[in-house]
Amino acid sequence: MVENQRWLNILAHLVLIAGVLVVAFPVYIAFIASTHEPSAFVSGVVPLLPGSNAANSYADVLTGGVSSQMSVPISLMLKNSMIMALSIAIGKIVISILSAFAIVYFRFPFRQAAFWMIFITLMLPVEVRIVPTFQVISNLGMLNSYAGLSIPLIASATATFLFRQVFLTIPDELMEAARIDGAGPLKFFKDILLPLSRTNIAALFVILFIYGWNQYIWPILVTTDDKYQTIVAGIKRMADVVDSEPLWNYIMATSVLAMLPPVVVVIMMQRLFVKGLVETEK
Amino acid sequence: MQTKRTIFRNLWLPYLLVAPQLAITLIFFLWPAGQAVWQSFLREDAFGLKTTFIGLGNYERLLDNPEYLNSLKVTAVFSISTATLAIVLALVLALAVDRMLRSARVYTTLLVWPYAVAPAIAGVLWWFIFNPTIGILPYLLDRVGYDWNHSLIKRDAMILVIIAAAWKQVSYNFLFFVAGLQAIPASMREAAAIDGAGPFKRFWSITLPLLSPTTFFLLVVNVVYTMFDTFPVIDAVTSGGPAQATNILVYKVYRDGFVGLNLGSSAAQSVILMAIVISLTVIQFRYIERRVTY
Repeated sequence: MVENQRWLNILAHLVLIAGVLVVAFPVYIAFIASTHEPSAFVSGVVPLLPGSNAANSYADVLTGGVSSQMSVPISLMLKNSMIMALSIAIGKIVISILSAFAIVYFRFPFRQAAFWMIFITLMLPVEVRIVPTFQVISNLGMLNSYAGLSIPLIASATATFLFRQVFLTIPDELMEAARIDGAGPLKFFKDILLPLSRTNIAALFVILFIYGWNQYIWPILVTTDDKYQTIVAGIKRMADVVDSEPLWNYIMATSVLAMLPPVVVVIMMQRLFVKGLVETEK
Repeated sequence: MQTKRTIFRNLWLPYLLVAPQLAITLIFFLWPAGQAVWQSFLREDAFGLKTTFIGLGNYERLLDNPEYLNSLKVTAVFSISTATLAIVLALVLALAVDRMLRSARVYTTLLVWPYAVAPAIAGVLWWFIFNPTIGILPYLLDRVGYDWNHSLIKRDAMILVIIAAAWKQVSYNFLFFVAGLQAIPASMREAAAIDGAGPFKRFWSITLPLLSPTTFFLLVVNVVYTMFDTFPVIDAVTSGGPAQATNILVYKVYRDGFVGLNLGSSAAQSVILMAIVISLTVIQFRYIERRVTY
């Protein structure tokens, strides 16, 4: 710090406290709402202090006790979200690290073409090509399956670039030494490259898990069968009740459950998260 | 393209290694994108029985369509407002954290977690807070004489989706600004202080110019975010309404394709969006090349 100006430090603290409060405000309101009885919302304004119904709200949504507004219990949706997020994160990492290995450590015809084909995926987010991609999935009979939920999202240029960057910084001497010792490409990959890129893999995993967990429109389109509904996509259906007042305490309990896993991941692995975020944008 | 000095020699292994990624890219990225381009030249009759090739007809129709032009305008307003709001707030918070020594880490943790909240959930949370019948903020606004109703008033709906979209993006921008501020050498600010520049003068003439690469990068990333990733916010909060007031381009592609079943028009809109993403990606990469030499 250049000089110690008391009022500026106080101002900075005030700004940060205000920021933290504004950031936390919607989640606080949601949590409070989830602890009340449904009747608490007819009076006109949302309560600001916790109620006594928290255990019931969460137990009901997890076991499917609110059958009028949702056809499957939230615990099943959480399981589906978990399967989808893990498949996307692991799938992206596996296919990217393999193709980056091929592109950096081999020279083969069409290498440049392969690289550019992967690069193009960066420019085609799913929202943009949504209608034709849906047609492809439906022609392949992949609607209502975990494969349909995850596979179309797992091609990733960013992850491939990240691993390519990591491999390029690994000294050539390591590979020469491995070759002199008689290691083939797969052994070199398994015993040298994988251990050296461990933290990059972990950092990337954090970002990709969040990406997969938070998918919204794709699960809505691909799953017409409620058995495969994911939690983030399911909330909309709960809130869209036509002829009755939404059951706010259940909707908010579901929202809290839906944001809990990725938020816990970010807070517990903050260092990896920041690393992943900064690296994938390079 | 860069490679290693020594490489492995193997005829089929590299192809095997790139095969999974290329297969997925071909089937789920290039093929659908090609389909979109092809369909954008076709026109299907109302019953889906007959398709005719009409060349650029779908595009001409789009550019004459007041709804599409409105959607362009809405997207521009939404993107620029959200990006500006999220960048300014993040910069203020990052400057404040930069003054902190011991408490910086705690504040950072408390500020970054919204990144993990799904855009759809962020939308639902703010939609609840602004709910005209039971929401807390309309209740307070009513006290000061403002009758909030985002399901009827266009401006209210736009403000609501901007707040919900920006809330989530502040944490991302904040992290990049903190990193950018840490990269500014302390000696520069100290030298300016010795020369008699106060904190505000130092901010305007040293910190801000040196942060401009970060700011520009964030501007591009934020525009991409608001144009494409905020789809769930729009769907969960307003569904594009009232009266098209929040019907951004990417949402219109989906509505026209799946709800309106106007495949030709939806495909033409997809192609236009792809062109926009491609140009934004090019800008982003150009800039990154510059940053390396900077």
